[in-house]
Amino acid sequence: MIEPTTTTRAAARIDWNSGTARSLRKKRYAADRRLRFYGIAAISIAVLLLGILLTSLVSTGYLAFVQTHVTMDVAIDPEQVPVDNPAEGNYRAIVADAVQRLFPDIDGRSELRNAVGIVTNGAQVMLRNQVISDPSLIGKTFSIQVPVSDPYDQLYKDVIDRDLPENRRRLNDEQIALFETLEDRGLIEAKANWALLFNADSRFPELAGLAGAIVGSFYALLLCFVISFPVGIAAAIYLEEFAPKNRWTDLIEVNINNLAAVPSIIFGLLGLAVFIQVFGLPRSAPLVGGLVLALMTLPTIIIVTRNSLKAVPPSIREAALGIGASRHEVILHHLLPLAIPGILTGTIIGMAQALGETAPLLLIGMNAFLTSPPGGIMEPATSLPTQIFIWADSPERGFVSRTSAAILVLLGFLILMNAIAIYLRSKLERKW
Amino acid sequence: MTQWTLDPETRTTEPASLPKMRGENVNVFYGTKQALFDVNLAVPEHQVTALIGPSGCGKSTFLRCLNRMNDTIDIARVEGEITLDGRSIYDPKIDVVELRAQVGMAFQKPNPFPKSIFENVAYGPTIHGRASAKADLEQIVVDSLRKAGLYEEVKERLHEPGTGLSGGQQQRLCIARAIAVAPEVILMDEPCSALDPIATAKIEELIDELRENFTIVIVTHSMQQAARVSQRTAFFHLGVLVEEGPTSEIFTSPNDKRTQDYVTGRFG
Repeated sequence: MIEPTTTTRAAARIDWNSGTARSLRKKRYAADRRLRFYGIAAISIAVLLLGILLTSLVSTGYLAFVQTHVTMDVAIDPEQVPVDNPAEGNYRAIVADAVQRLFPDIDGRSELRNAVGIVTNGAQVMLRNQVISDPSLIGKTFSIQVPVSDPYDQLYKDVIDRDLPENRRRLNDEQIALFETLEDRGLIEAKANWALLFNADSRFPELAGLAGAIVGSFYALLLCFVISFPVGIAAAIYLEEFAPKNRWTDLIEVNINNLAAVPSIIFGLLGLAVFIQVFGLPRSAPLVGGLVLALMTLPTIIIVTRNSLKAVPPSIREAALGIGASRHEVILHHLLPLAIPGILTGTIIGMAQALGETAPLLLIGMNAFLTSPPGGIMEPATSLPTQIFIWADSPERGFVSRTSAAILVLLGFLILMNAIAIYLRSKLERKW
Repeated sequence: MTQWTLDPETRTTEPASLPKMRGENVNVFYGTKQALFDVNLAVPEHQVTALIGPSGCGKSTFLRCLNRMNDTIDIARVEGEITLDGRSIYDPKIDVVELRAQVGMAFQKPNPFPKSIFENVAYGPTIHGRASAKADLEQIVVDSLRKAGLYEEVKERLHEPGTGLSGGQQQRLCIARAIAVAPEVILMDEPCSALDPIATAKIEELIDELRENFTIVIVTHSMQQAARVSQRTAFFHLGVLVEEGPTSEIFTSPNDKRTQDYVTGRFG
């Protein structure tokens, strides 16, 4: 902008109040302000989008955290339930009798079928379990609270509009009338839905829960950690501290960096082809899931560990070498302790990523429909993200809100893991 | 001045006492770049030898050959022979860990471990198995701190982090850490360049005291410092050992023109 000749002349004395100086100054300030504005705009957009995501999840998901229940009296007739073998009882009939007692004035078969439909299909199983655990209940009459089946739950939560024409509703007028008499008698109550966390999956939304998925994810993550953490650190230490710098180590380094960017579904295919087909490991098992997730997390941990080791000031390494520490002493006594906060943070973030990974688990069959949590790493299981996938695919109305609720639960675990990472970092970080 | 002053071979006067370490025809390469050319230097026992010269002249490189710290640089290659008490230190049979215990080092920037003062000093003796009982170890730590002139200042807070000390105290802590492994030679790579004049004066005083028990080689940028603390001085220039001799002679009547220019402040 300024001619070289003027610069040389101005070097003697610069007039800071001249018009050019002033306009240049103005331009620079304007550029500063623009840059700041771009930053603020970008952050605002990010926060806004995050807000929209969370709002939509919470607004549909909160309904799944409560469940409508109905209270009814059941009579355990010793003729229907043998005292010496309570598991063999005819609980279906007992529940039907209990519903009949709720509505003394109905008698038609179709009316009764409608009435029984209000109570969840799982009521007989719940009753059976209760009697098996406490056989003294046989011969007694007592009241129990059971979930209502999904359409009535949706009705009570006002998801089903009672004013719609009958043929466009899930429930007809008769069914709604039956349910409303129960409401009027104060037998209907919405309660916290603990089943969402403590039940396994079910075809019936009112009974479906995440217990199986949480246990499955836990096993898979545990295995992923147990494998990838030590292997990753050992690999990183070798590459960073021992490996000679040559074409082979360069190749390994490039490939590790590439592995971190490989689409996760490829790892799923690898798991299917190698772990299941070749090694014959069981399908759908957290063992295979954990192995696949470990392969995926390994590059992340190696990269993070190498960077953390590199970040240790070279003066510390020299100090240790200078008083005659051997290589393993330098690494174990000095470098690792200083690198560990970074390693842990990176590892936990890698784990959080693994927790949210869906595609590879779908390929190895961890999207099975299972009504009980896995008993070990060799048993079929689902995981949180695959459970979300299953529920999102289910047609029942109740699964819409449960899908959102499950996403919120998954987000909760992710936030928890990140919080642990932040805590560990601040706790272990040493100043020098 | 007479005509023999230009011949490098005749100029080198042999040190009075026995050489503790000696470098013969030392050549050092970093990759293809040669950093030292045929350096012959003897380090006499219980004396302070100062290595001076402008930046990049190879004095630190030579110092780092003496305890094989150059080993950690992949591309560095050392030729020639360096001996400690007549034994070659680049002999494959020599254990580099033991060598570094015998030839300790203090660095340009004080670099205590991010641990307590006690742990800093105790680390070396522990890994080298110098102390079996806890009381022995404590004795070594106290002795080393005392020899480094730091004990009185830190005796109340031995278990506080060493990084909490002032720069000069940290440097003396690093010297105490080196002393604790009972080395025979201590190498110092510009130990005062990060310190203020008062801390520098203390370190210089300390160096003078340490001479009684240790052989010291110090690299310094400051000619005054070399003049104050050393008995012998070696002047390096562009990777060549230009001149070497008693400090008083190097500073008052150098034989080489380059040395004279440097010590009189004409370059460097």
